[in-house]
Amino acid sequence: MYEKDGEKYFVVDGHVHYWNAGPDNRNKYGKMFIDCFYGYHSSLSPEEYLWDEEKFAEYSEETMMHDLFEIGYVDKAIFQPTYLLDFFPDGFNTTAQDAVLAEKYPDRFILNSSFEPRLGEQGLAAFEEKHKRYGFKGVKLYTAEWHEDSKGWKLHDYWSRRYLEKCQELGVTNIHVHKGPTIRPLNRDAFDVADVDHVASEFTDLNFIVEHVGLPRLEDFCWIAVQEPNVYGGLAVAMPFIYSRPRYFAQIIGELLYWLDEDRILFASDYAIWQPKWLVEMFVDFQIPDDMQGEYGTLTSDIKRKILGLNAARLYDIEVPSEVPQEEPVMSGGESGYPENPL
Amino acid sequence: MITEASVLDALSGVRDPELDEPITEMKFISSLQVSGDAVDVTLRLPTPFCAPNFAYLMAHDARAALLSVPGIREARVTLEDHHTAEEINAGMASGFGFENTFSSFEESGGDSLEELRTIFRRKAFVSRQEKLCRMLLADDCHSPEELAGMRLGEVPRSEAKEKYLSRRGELGLDVSEEAPFVVDPDGRQVPEEAVVKHLRFARVTRLSIEANAGFCRGVLAARYEGSPGIIEKEATL
Repeated sequence: MYEKDGEKYFVVDGHVHYWNAGPDNRNKYGKMFIDCFYGYHSSLSPEEYLWDEEKFAEYSEETMMHDLFEIGYVDKAIFQPTYLLDFFPDGFNTTAQDAVLAEKYPDRFILNSSFEPRLGEQGLAAFEEKHKRYGFKGVKLYTAEWHEDSKGWKLHDYWSRRYLEKCQELGVTNIHVHKGPTIRPLNRDAFDVADVDHVASEFTDLNFIVEHVGLPRLEDFCWIAVQEPNVYGGLAVAMPFIYSRPRYFAQIIGELLYWLDEDRILFASDYAIWQPKWLVEMFVDFQIPDDMQGEYGTLTSDIKRKILGLNAARLYDIEVPSEVPQEEPVMSGGESGYPENPL
Repeated sequence: MITEASVLDALSGVRDPELDEPITEMKFISSLQVSGDAVDVTLRLPTPFCAPNFAYLMAHDARAALLSVPGIREARVTLEDHHTAEEINAGMASGFGFENTFSSFEESGGDSLEELRTIFRRKAFVSRQEKLCRMLLADDCHSPEELAGMRLGEVPRSEAKEKYLSRRGELGLDVSEEAPFVVDPDGRQVPEEAVVKHLRFARVTRLSIEANAGFCRGVLAARYEGSPGIIEKEATL
């Protein structure tokens, strides 16, 4: 819980990792991958929150608990596993790795899982088993992930739809979709969010949360979200702009509020790339700059409360303490996009 | 004699297709060496996992730009610190096309690289149009509806207009003075009643490209801190 100027904010961090990218668990691509993350970390964090590369590759349970819950104001954090088994022999952060902490601190973590459609029928049974074991309500999908000789897949592929049907059946209602960073996409574009559009209109009782709001294809994401009321935007990667590029951050939030609405935007740190403490503090203090308010309006405490925690609480049935004011959702969507087709 | 300045000038015409900025300005040139009629250029990118398709396009375009400089007979372009550096460098050295460069990769084939380039040219066009319109709306007190009725010849000269016309020309659209100013990427005039919505979507397209470019600049600086690269040169476009 975060409190500032008499306002209370319930905080759900919608995207956290407990990864292992140490030297014993990575090949040369794994090394490049963690270097890439380190580049994001070091270019967009305030200096006092910078880690060295060694700590960044492999951090302890104590560090994570401290950063999120002791000093980071987070009430609940959602684990979004990322397997990347072709880069990290034991996985980058798998459901099983995350479960160790989730089971030790059940009041703190929400454990999501994942599925791999390229495993076909056999994988489907294993997915169901995994659900029986962990009982998750969400999955994180990484469509650019390599698997054997395939370098990626689409959400509307036949096998992916079979898994989504299984999600419906099991009550796994929150489908987090991670687009990029690209893993060797060649002439096709792995950032492409068009497949979200297909499945969102087919599976209307599932929620599709597009991580990092489709960046760097914000316009494609907005084009889809304005039409599909069950499409949400996760703020991982967009959040840290608040520090180094606040005017871009203002525009991104402004556009999201315009194309979506205040009920479909979810706060996330993408820990350990960035830490929730400074993100939460800066977000609560943040306002759209004066000269942009004509275009974008302003951010009220109620809007911030929704983004910081209430929206995710609704998707995950998290009980919110009664001392935190809860505004009714406005929920939009189902409007026609413009232009008729995305660029 | 071939000067470094003339080489940089040629390279400043090469853009990152995704970011719509010159590779010189993005600090993607890490070294440049002229010896006699040969030139060696090394490219670097913000991360080892930057998309290989765009990396290939930039290396390819850089090589073509170098060979267009009078007097240059040999141009070598090398990409460093990238997970497909080996393939791209071999492809550049032997003049392979994109397909052959990545022939060992399963996912090559299918859509052509030109198709990808076109998608980003369309985005760049829309983004430059919005930037110019924004300027006209703010400085010259035009209304959006007035913009919808304007012809290209009525738009005052500016750097933003030059860039807009160049992106418009790249899409093969009419750039004559009589042509309507606000058109979609297929060249169709945007009707007066749709212009506000059109610009609203164009704005998020522009924001996406600019925010992405800012992100890439930051990550590149973090990666090569203390290594300034070749000083950027203003684009000639």
